[in-house]
Amino acid sequence: MPRRVAIVAAGLSRTSSHRVDVTYPELVREAVSAALEQAGLQHHDIDAVAYGSMDPFDGVFAPERWNVEACAGAGAANLPLMKITTGGTTGGSTALAGYYHVASGLFDVVLAVASQRVGETLEAQLVLNTAIDPIYERWLGAGAITIAALQGARHFWRYGTTEEDLALISVKDYENARRNPYAHLMRMLTVQDALQTRMISWPLRLSDCCPSSDGAAALIFASEERARAITDRPAWVIGAGQITDNYWVGDRTWYEDWDSLSMLARRVYRQAKISDPLRELDVAELYNAFSIQEIIEYEALGFCDKGKGAELIRKGVTTMEGELPVCPSGGVLCTNPIGASGMIRVAEAALQTMGKAGDRQVPNVRKALAHAWGAAIGFHTLMVLSSEAP
Amino acid sequence: MTQEEEIIIVPGRWDLPFRHTAGRVASHFFYGLKEKRILALRCPRCRRVLMPPRPFCERCFVPLEDWVEVGQQGVLEAFTTCYARFTGLPDPPYCLILVKLDGTDSALQHLLGEVELEDIDRMKQAVRIGMRLEAVWREEREGGIQDIRYFRPVE
Repeated sequence: MPRRVAIVAAGLSRTSSHRVDVTYPELVREAVSAALEQAGLQHHDIDAVAYGSMDPFDGVFAPERWNVEACAGAGAANLPLMKITTGGTTGGSTALAGYYHVASGLFDVVLAVASQRVGETLEAQLVLNTAIDPIYERWLGAGAITIAALQGARHFWRYGTTEEDLALISVKDYENARRNPYAHLMRMLTVQDALQTRMISWPLRLSDCCPSSDGAAALIFASEERARAITDRPAWVIGAGQITDNYWVGDRTWYEDWDSLSMLARRVYRQAKISDPLRELDVAELYNAFSIQEIIEYEALGFCDKGKGAELIRKGVTTMEGELPVCPSGGVLCTNPIGASGMIRVAEAALQTMGKAGDRQVPNVRKALAHAWGAAIGFHTLMVLSSEAP
Repeated sequence: MTQEEEIIIVPGRWDLPFRHTAGRVASHFFYGLKEKRILALRCPRCRRVLMPPRPFCERCFVPLEDWVEVGQQGVLEAFTTCYARFTGLPDPPYCLILVKLDGTDSALQHLLGEVELEDIDRMKQAVRIGMRLEAVWREEREGGIQDIRYFRPVE
């Protein structure tokens, strides 16, 4: 039986298109210090560290070594450190690693850190292209944008989703990001503005695509006893998991439906005893690197039926004032330090659950969902946090 | 240190050569393309005809040896037309497609050609999910995926 585990602190760095003011270890330290301070812990209180990033974006191989100052300073000196890389889900997987370390009973207080400097690569799409099979597919020039665009073209064709629907998603997320001091893009966007941005890969325009960001996030996971001693209001992990689909995109006939995410959601909701996610969740932080994906995620996560995702945004259900606010942070669409983005989702969900989300706080959050996708849209991670112990 | 000092940016670059084995299966597939034949592998257990061909079925975890020649025409399953220029990637616009060839159970990623792409509205009219496509071969074939130049709409 896994032990009860809670997140007792979540630290975020400031983000931008290039944090020229700090070195990589300083960037990591920013998030780690914020988490330690929030928990009122010293680095010697940490028992182990899980660290996540995707190597090539920073132009530095093995960034866990590059970051050894930050990680050692945060408690990893003479302690175990585990490095995790799973594409876009890296941050989500690293959060899961932190959770598993404590749930196993082997460690009591574990620091999970994720970071990325996408701002230090001059062409993120070229780096992403190296993730594509070199024998059959890489020459095509595919990357994250084109794969999301394939999903979009199918969703438009199958369900009648429109460019206006995508614009509504972007406008909502940009508006949310303006209240988040840790967001990268913090500017006004209207539907009209969005529809006039340049086409990147049909049907995705510039306003439908995430930026490249520098940023870091840190979480502290603690056993029940330690969590209760550290804070009156931790964010309890009541459901968590990861799913792996096959590699070949052409084997899937459901680019518009994301069935693997539906399957994972069913598993994780069962753990969390959630039967009606739209009503039972109070906030959701989804990995919406591209606007169309947020719509598909609404459907795959059971917020609505298949093909009805666009209706939720048209009716305002997922705005800050709606029944289930989605991405109060502005989401990945406004801030994307890729390897850290999955952890930022968990950090946001934790801050919302602990009532520490500042101007972007959703009132009375009892249950929050955090999601990430990675690889060739074949990996997903989910975590459900609760203000009440399971 | 003063606030006025400008931050210095140190340039970096990765330019690393690699060599990737195509393996026995993709090599055989590529030799077929050289002769204008498109080959796929059938799984003896789930009976799916897998494209692109691969050494084993990931679903059934059994080796694949049953080569079948598949059609040179198929159906457009999904597409996107890329209009943005990215360093080191193909010149835009290009239309990335997933085409399910006749006689196969999974789609091949390739390019669409002979279609107006420059104008977005005309592209949306011309490229339709479900449309029939056919392979257009290169004159000089070298034994690689690009021996098929692109797929084009069937007249």
